[in-house]
Order: sequence, then structure tokens, then C-alpha cells
Amino acid sequence: MANLLEDVGKKTLDELDYVGSLNIQLWSTLHAMKSALPLIGNRYRWQATVRQMFQIGYEALPMVSLMAISTGFILAMQGASELRRFGALHYVIDLVAVGFTRELGPLLTAIAVSGRSGSAFAAEIGTMKVTEELDSLRVMALEPIEFVLAPKYLAALISIPCLTIISNCFGIVAGGLFMFFSTRLAPMLYFRYVMESIALRDVITGLVKSVAFATIIAHVGCLEGFRVRGGPDSVGHSTTTAVVKSTFLVVVADAIFTAIFYFTVKS
Amino acid sequence: MPIISIRDLAVEYDGRRVLDDLNLDVEPAETMVLLGGSGSGKSTLLRQIIGLERPKSGTVLVKGVDITRCSPAELKKVRHSLGVAFQSAALFNSLSVKDNVALPLREHTRLAPSIIDLMVWMKLAVVGLADFAKLLPQKLSGGMKKRGAVARALALDPEILVLDEPSAGLDPIVAAELDELILLLKQAFQMTVIVVTHEMASAFRIADRIAMLHEGKFVAVGTKDEIKASQDPLVRNFLDRIPERIANATAVAAHFEKYLHSQETVQ
Repeated sequence: MANLLEDVGKKTLDELDYVGSLNIQLWSTLHAMKSALPLIGNRYRWQATVRQMFQIGYEALPMVSLMAISTGFILAMQGASELRRFGALHYVIDLVAVGFTRELGPLLTAIAVSGRSGSAFAAEIGTMKVTEELDSLRVMALEPIEFVLAPKYLAALISIPCLTIISNCFGIVAGGLFMFFSTRLAPMLYFRYVMESIALRDVITGLVKSVAFATIIAHVGCLEGFRVRGGPDSVGHSTTTAVVKSTFLVVVADAIFTAIFYFTVKS
Repeated sequence: MPIISIRDLAVEYDGRRVLDDLNLDVEPAETMVLLGGSGSGKSTLLRQIIGLERPKSGTVLVKGVDITRCSPAELKKVRHSLGVAFQSAALFNSLSVKDNVALPLREHTRLAPSIIDLMVWMKLAVVGLADFAKLLPQKLSGGMKKRGAVARALALDPEILVLDEPSAGLDPIVAAELDELILLLKQAFQMTVIVVTHEMASAFRIADRIAMLHEGKFVAVGTKDEIKASQDPLVRNFLDRIPERIANATAVAAHFEKYLHSQETVQ
């Protein structure tokens, strides 16, 4: 019994330590982020940010697009098979449009980026730690938070909402293709219905979520990298942990945001 | 007045004392070699001198600033006068050798890019890497990486050059080349050099004074001749290469017999 209590206490303290570290890292990064901004910041940091945007955003584009198209088709087909029974096939348009802008676009993008970039952040920073590169930054009077993390976070804050918008578009296009092939609904008419079914609030909701997801992915990935202890095997472990934790936290954050938006709409 | 002054320095990891009440002064333009076996605390002491870790007690004054208690801004200022080459070289793998050396100049000076290029070329020429400036670190041999790290450490013309195991893992010819490079740098730039090593030939070639560590304590501090003439058993054992533990064939045989007996009992 004593052992069980000890284990629970230790685990709780570990989790509190993790949350505390995430918070400290977030505030330190926000403080350092002006150096990564264009024009007013450091030129080299902005260049690093652009490189990161290319890696997080542009290189993930084919994967995110394909995932969005597939999910758009799946959602439309599954929705149609049920709604057809009630003669409400036209509601497939609402289902796809609203479902993607509010929920699936941000979530799918976050999961894809978490797997690609969250793990890459952890591996890159973890390797830098093992090879003493982070120490060499410190002794050169350069802060790793400013030099390594700030460009990654800013790049994620820009790239992930952009990817989310693209994901929304591809998902909705997939729904349109399904409607065209199954009901011969003209594409222009489909897009008119889509515009009628989604409100600006839905788009903003999705984008707010994607900014929160970007924060989770960048910070969990980087923190796992900074927490690497020992040799190369711990880099592999931190990479896996980064993906698992960021995906888990993204889904939890999504549930919280959805609940907040749901109850605020009702009131 | 010493440029580095260590007083009553004690370091503990998880309650285990790694450095125990160390006192040492390093004079300006002096080459101080920290000599000792594996696990003697050399690298830990070095990390204290460059402000990467905080001690349990004691002070480390670098140019009159106690870097164990100073503010981050003061530590940054002190670090501008430190050049550090790590044991693993710690060159940034994503940057070419030239960009590695240019990094501190770009970050801490407002020099024009053409001047920075010229300075980088000069530093690389000093260490004999001018023809390899555009290569990435992974394309370099071990000795070249270490010389690259020295070039980067020299970038801001530091008053204090710190080298962690510069000849570790190198063949005797390359190690001797590095020793000559250290002597040349000291002669040319009149800088204070602190070298951590366990290679006696290297230590006696480059040192003005040697501080010998054993189990976290200084067992001898003095000039090369004083260390050579020392009659301290620990110093003599190290200099005469007398091992502390010798594999005992009888004890190994006894252990093996005991193991076989225990296996027979289990069966």
C-alpha cells in the first residue's frame, strides 16, 4: 500500500514537473520570440523560421492534402449511407463543410504535423543535447530557447493554421466530388451550399484550435528534446514520447475547445 | 590578479560529492592543464569554469565576476571573453565549417558580411582548415572537427581559451599537431588557455602549470618540473602508469567456480 502511494505521489510530481516545465518554456519562448520576427528581429532567426516553415508546412502539404481528401470522402460516404435513408442526402454538404472547418481540418492537420514535425523537433534538439551543441550555444552566449525554439514555434504558429485552411479546402472538395458522382450535384451549386452552411465563426473556431495545437506540438516536441539525458538511445525514446504526448494533448485540447465553443454557442 | 579564481568549490550529483573543496588560481596568459584519470572530475570542473553548471558551494571568479551567482546578463558578458572547444567538437551539423565559425561573429558583432568572411578565413587558416571551409562537419575527420571547434572558439578573440580533451580519440600525430596549434595560439594571441586532458605527453608539452585531480580533489598543482618531481604516490602512479586495480587470475577463477557451483545447485 505504501509503495502504491509512493508510486502515485512520484507520478503526480513528475507530471506536475512536466506541466511546469512546459509553462516555463512557453513563457520563455514568447519572451524570446520577437527575435524571430521579420524586420524587427534578428535576420538569421527569421531565416531559420522560414526554413522551418518550409519543413513544417510545405513538405507536409502532400500528406495533409491526401489525408484531407480521404477523410472528406469517408465522411461524405458514411454520412450519405445513413442520411439517404431519411431522404436527407443534402445534409452531407453541411456534415462535410461544418465538420471539416470546425473539427476535422484542424485535428487531422495537427495529427499529421505531430507525427512529422513534433518527432523531428525532439530528435533534432535531443541530438544537439547529446552532441554538446546546446552547451556550445550557451557558452557562445546564445540562448537555446531563442536560437532553436523560437523559430520553430513561430514557424509552427504560421504553418499549421495555413495547413489547416488547405486541409479544410481539400476535405470540402472531396465532399463535392462525392456529391457530383453520386447525385450529379453541380460543383458550383455544391460550393454555394457550402458557403451557406458554414459561418465565419466556424472558420475562426478551427483556426483558434489550430493555433493551440501548434503550441502543443512545438512545445512538447522541443521539451522532449531538451529533456534528453544520456546517449543516442534516449533520443529515440524522446522522439516516440514527443509524438505520443503531443497527439494525446492535441485530442484532449480539442475536446476542451469543442466543449467551450459548444456551450458558448448554446448560451 | 588571477583571471580565474576558484575558491572552496564543491559539486555534488545526487548526494555524491564529485568535486571537493577545490582552490585554484589561473594567471593571465598562462596555460593551465587539468590532468587526471577518467572520472576524476576534470570535465565537471571545466563545466563549472564555463558556467554550465552551478556548484553546491564555493565560488568561481572569472575576470572578477562570480559566475556561480551572477545574473544571466553578467554571465553572458563573461562568456564573450571565453572560447570553448568541447570534447566532441560540438560543431553544428546543419552549418558548414565556415558558418560555424561565423556564427558568434554574426550574433555578437555588427561587422559587415565581407569583414566576417575575412575574419572567418583567418581563423580557419590559423587552424589549417581554410581549404575545407565549405564542408559540413560530418565530412571532416576527427582531428579536423577539433580544429574547427578551436577556430570557432577563437572567433571572438577570447581572453580565455578552454579546450576539453583536445587530443582524445586522435592518433599521436594529429594529437601532436593540436598541441603545436595550442602553443602557437598562446604565443600569437597571449591568451589564457585551460586544457583538460589525461594525455601526459600533451600535458607536459603545452602546460605552464598542471593541476592534477584525483577523485574530485587536487593532489598536486605546480609547474611541469614540480609535477614530474612529485613523490606523491597518486601522482607517481599516474605518471608511471601504475594501475590501481590489476586483474587477478586467481580471483577470476574463483568467481567462475562459484558461478558454476551455483548453476549446479539450481539444476
